[in-house]
Amino acid sequence: MGIRVQNLVKNFGPNRVVDDVSFEVRPGELVALLGPSGGGKSTVLRIIAGLEQADGGEVWLDGRRVDAVHARERQVGFVFQHYALFRHMTVAGNVAFGLRVQGATAQDQTARVKHLLGLMGLAGLEDRLPAQLSGGQRQRVALARALAPAPKLLLLDEPFGAVDAKVREELRRWLRKLHDEVHTTSIFVTHDQEEAFAVSDRVMVIRQGRLEQAGAPMEILDHPATEFVARFVGEVNVFDATMHAGTARVAGVTFPPCEGAEGVDGTPVRVIVRAYDLKFWKDDAGVARVDRVLPIGDRVRVEATLDDGAPLFAQFPRRSSLLTGIHAGTRIAVEVTHARAWPIEGASHAGAPIATTSEVRSAAPR
Amino acid sequence: MASAPGRSRPVGAAWLVVAAVALYVGGLLVVPLLALTRAVLADLPGVASALTAADALRALALSVGLAAISLVLNGVAGVTGALVLTRQRFLGRRLLDALVDLPLAVSPVMTGLAFLLLFGRNGLLGPVLQSLGVKIAFALPGLVIATVFVTLPFMLRELALVLEELGTSEEDAASTLGASAWQTFWLVTLPNLREGLTLGATLTVARALGEFGAVLVLGGAITGRTDTATTFIHNAMEERHTTSAYGMALVLAAAAAALLLLLQRRSQMPGVK
Repeated sequence: MGIRVQNLVKNFGPNRVVDDVSFEVRPGELVALLGPSGGGKSTVLRIIAGLEQADGGEVWLDGRRVDAVHARERQVGFVFQHYALFRHMTVAGNVAFGLRVQGATAQDQTARVKHLLGLMGLAGLEDRLPAQLSGGQRQRVALARALAPAPKLLLLDEPFGAVDAKVREELRRWLRKLHDEVHTTSIFVTHDQEEAFAVSDRVMVIRQGRLEQAGAPMEILDHPATEFVARFVGEVNVFDATMHAGTARVAGVTFPPCEGAEGVDGTPVRVIVRAYDLKFWKDDAGVARVDRVLPIGDRVRVEATLDDGAPLFAQFPRRSSLLTGIHAGTRIAVEVTHARAWPIEGASHAGAPIATTSEVRSAAPR
Repeated sequence: MASAPGRSRPVGAAWLVVAAVALYVGGLLVVPLLALTRAVLADLPGVASALTAADALRALALSVGLAAISLVLNGVAGVTGALVLTRQRFLGRRLLDALVDLPLAVSPVMTGLAFLLLFGRNGLLGPVLQSLGVKIAFALPGLVIATVFVTLPFMLRELALVLEELGTSEEDAASTLGASAWQTFWLVTLPNLREGLTLGATLTVARALGEFGAVLVLGGAITGRTDTATTFIHNAMEERHTTSAYGMALVLAAAAAALLLLLQRRSQMPGVK
């Protein structure tokens, strides 16, 4: 079903945790709510499910306003962050619960449970208690339980937050596959940008209760609407510079015409360069010195220091020719292939604390 | 089990502490119990006949009955009260939360007296009760009120603690799956309270069987009518029927020990946290 959220507001005591959030989700879409922890994403989800009452705004499900409709009547499946499985019920009992309370016959319950457990790769675990399952299994039981009554909308709150990295990777792929099979409109909350991009059709970035940007993963990555989004969705180098005729220079590095700062002249801007939008090559007359070369799986991370003392880092594919001759101590030339800039609006934006899971480097003195 | 994780053989100064605890438990618990057992064994036939006397049996039956009634009332009031305290937000909740423990803090004798001033013949509600033909003080209702008042905190506290720990996520999950409030309570909340209820019930029964001050003052210990096991012991001592007193005391001690053993076994059962 389609969802429309309009001007949603929620306060917890003096704190506004959801601040005028509006968005739409089309039927069959899988959307990620991405943002730092404590940014109000889960609250938005809980309001949609009817578990929390909004202080303002409207929630529409399938063209029907549901603000006064109780959670049990919204036909929304919810997967909780810490599973929230019924601990005294078996796996089968958990999955059958929704059908049971809605008065389905025993045969229907059994058949549906069997089907879902098969779909989830949980066959044979019917009689286990939640305490006897692994984290990944619990997560799938939670998903099977939410899907059992055939909800029109599936909401997942940090669905993979409590399992380890390898299982998380598996569950992600598996959730995407599941969605492609059942096509239930779904929203999931995550603070992990990689997860959001890997799984969803569309990403909505939420920060401090406000919707910063909504769009396809590529759009968010390549055309971040705000500095926050740019910094949140991946590792970046940050420079403060002054624009002259659409370009800027910092410590001997020339930036290409920056997206977002076209026609800006003589204005201080913050330039953001992604780790993969840089090229390094060996050059004794260069502008920086390599500090470390760190192999991280399929990529290599190169950390360097510009001659003005500011740190700089880039990532290259493991066997990239760009890595030829680059070692700790090598002097290098730097080319920026793509950059984005935002005017520095006084101190308010520049000074705002930006919490992110990815590392943020600042190459220029503030 | 010497190899149980987190347990080790005491070393050095730890020995002193272990010895002190052993001495404390031995001196204050085991030795008096042994003395009581010895006194009973010294005149076993006498104790047996004293305990099978009509008044003794009636007192014992009354105590057991009171414990059973308190158990049922505490179960209902405990679950309701704990749910209100942990799941509702209302003005004065904190005050209520603090007052719940009051019965544990005040002397049962004072409790009995306060109820007497309320329900007694010259009490505040005396005229009302009299015109309705209801007798509370020096009758079974009085005993029930006194016992429930004294034992409810055990049940309520325990359940509130469990509810607090459980959080609301399972209940939320039940709601999103379409369960009504009633279904959520019966299928999710109550089964999760099982352990807390067991503990609360054990403490309630133990406390109910042992309650003395409040039932004495509000019940009056009228032989054959409001005389409970504990007041029976008191009366027997007053009248120097030591055999009856020792016998009844040992019965109570044995009941308490049995309850605690039962609880211990339950908590060691697999599948019980």
